[in-house]
Amino acid sequence: MIRFENLRKRYKQVEALKGVSLQVGEGELFSYLGPNGSGKTTTIKILTGLAVPSAGDAWLHGFHVEKESLQAKRQCGLVSQNINLDNELTVGENLHLHGKLFQMPRKERVQRICELLEYVEIADRMDSPVKSLSGGMKKRVMIARALMHSPRILFLDEPTTGLDPAIRRRIWSLVKSIQRSGATIFLTTHYIEEAEFLADRVAFLNEGTIVTLDTPQNLMEGLGTWALDRVADGGMETLFFRDREEANRHIAAHEGSFSLRHVNLEDVFISLTGKKVMT
Amino acid sequence: MRGMLAIYQRELLILRKRFFRQLASMSVSPLLYLLAFGFGMGQGVRVGVHSYLEFLIPGLVAMNSMMQAFAIASEINIARFYWHIFEEFQAAPIRNISYVTGEVLAGITRALFSTALILLIAALSGVVVSYNFYFWFAVALNGFVFASLAVGLAMLVKSHSDQALLTNFFITPMAFLGGTFFPVDTMPVWVQHILHFLPLTHASKAIRAAAFGYPPDFSSYLLLALLGAVFFVLAFHWVNRARE
Repeated sequence: MIRFENLRKRYKQVEALKGVSLQVGEGELFSYLGPNGSGKTTTIKILTGLAVPSAGDAWLHGFHVEKESLQAKRQCGLVSQNINLDNELTVGENLHLHGKLFQMPRKERVQRICELLEYVEIADRMDSPVKSLSGGMKKRVMIARALMHSPRILFLDEPTTGLDPAIRRRIWSLVKSIQRSGATIFLTTHYIEEAEFLADRVAFLNEGTIVTLDTPQNLMEGLGTWALDRVADGGMETLFFRDREEANRHIAAHEGSFSLRHVNLEDVFISLTGKKVMT
Repeated sequence: MRGMLAIYQRELLILRKRFFRQLASMSVSPLLYLLAFGFGMGQGVRVGVHSYLEFLIPGLVAMNSMMQAFAIASEINIARFYWHIFEEFQAAPIRNISYVTGEVLAGITRALFSTALILLIAALSGVVVSYNFYFWFAVALNGFVFASLAVGLAMLVKSHSDQALLTNFFITPMAFLGGTFFPVDTMPVWVQHILHFLPLTHASKAIRAAAFGYPPDFSSYLLLALLGAVFFVLAFHWVNRARE
């Protein structure tokens, strides 16, 4: 379980987090959605010990991230936004290093590495230097590495940024299967469809504040089922309708170019903040 | 303990992977100094009862062990700013002291390794000095001082270019002025006073005395050990400051 209360972070003149509070249940796949610079990565950095909060408290499975940092760190695995593998080492050596840092005995490390590389479908690349891998493969190695010590919580910080759609889908199914194994997953993303597809609950973060929090379904149903985009006065106007007939009646009654589609989380974010998630 | 070993073994693994490149990089500058100052300028020059070449070898050992131990800072910075591997260490359940100890040990190992290389080059040049316990102990202490300083400073700098600046302003001048190429006691008294503030002056003195088989001056060893301990404690505290 992840819990944080009134978490604040200030970087010189910029307040990256403005007192956010949240609780994520065990086994939940929770998505933190927001544009670049909204405070998503800062939250993860505080929770995983990479950054010090300016104020507030956070716990991972009951362990305070600052006061009981070693126990808290044992609870979680982290897949950073940046590729942070040791480029000079092989895939296997990277995983061994992680296992050593988490005090895993050699026999257990060897067994776990074989299992995990099978799991992320790159067992044949164990002895390959990291620098020879593609971006998607590196991300899968990072996921395998984060799972090495069997953490109860997995933090995924924009795990699919920069990857092509096919690889992204592959990583999504991997994330789903990790959740099925019982892990709690905290995922940050600015891809709307990623949050829609994966998350049990979503929090929208904007300028360091949580603006709303609910299941994707509830958030979208709050606006309606159908969205009608209309180009008007050089800009885009979107109207929301409970059913398709109502939307069609609107199209018939008005002139202009319309496009009818399902409501998505981007619509929810725009309606709350006036901004797009992907900026 | 295991965290410290993980950090240390990673550095050794990287050293092993770059073995030949590292070997070349460690031997280039001492080889050049040996050729230019030892065989070139120093031919026929004597320092006390020793030939200049005999005088120079322990100086080169002091200088190179300092530089190699300090070079651990560059490795840490590459891990921090380019590969972001430092995040992996920060997110791991290891204490700061384990991290610092692992990196400092790696620095000392590099210092000892580079010393062995210089001694090999010296032996091939026909210079053999005394390689006793005090000699190696002084080299290890020199490595301890500069590896601890390197780890501490690597935590404070904000970019790789800051690190290069520190090397240019502190390490390079010390390499030339710390009793490596000339005897400090031939300098004007006021210069000697200044040079005695440099840790390398004491390292050169201790390494040279041991290499010539003179009885050790324990004050130099004590000073290096104290200074190393101070830098080590500072490094330990500054690791926390590297967190955002």
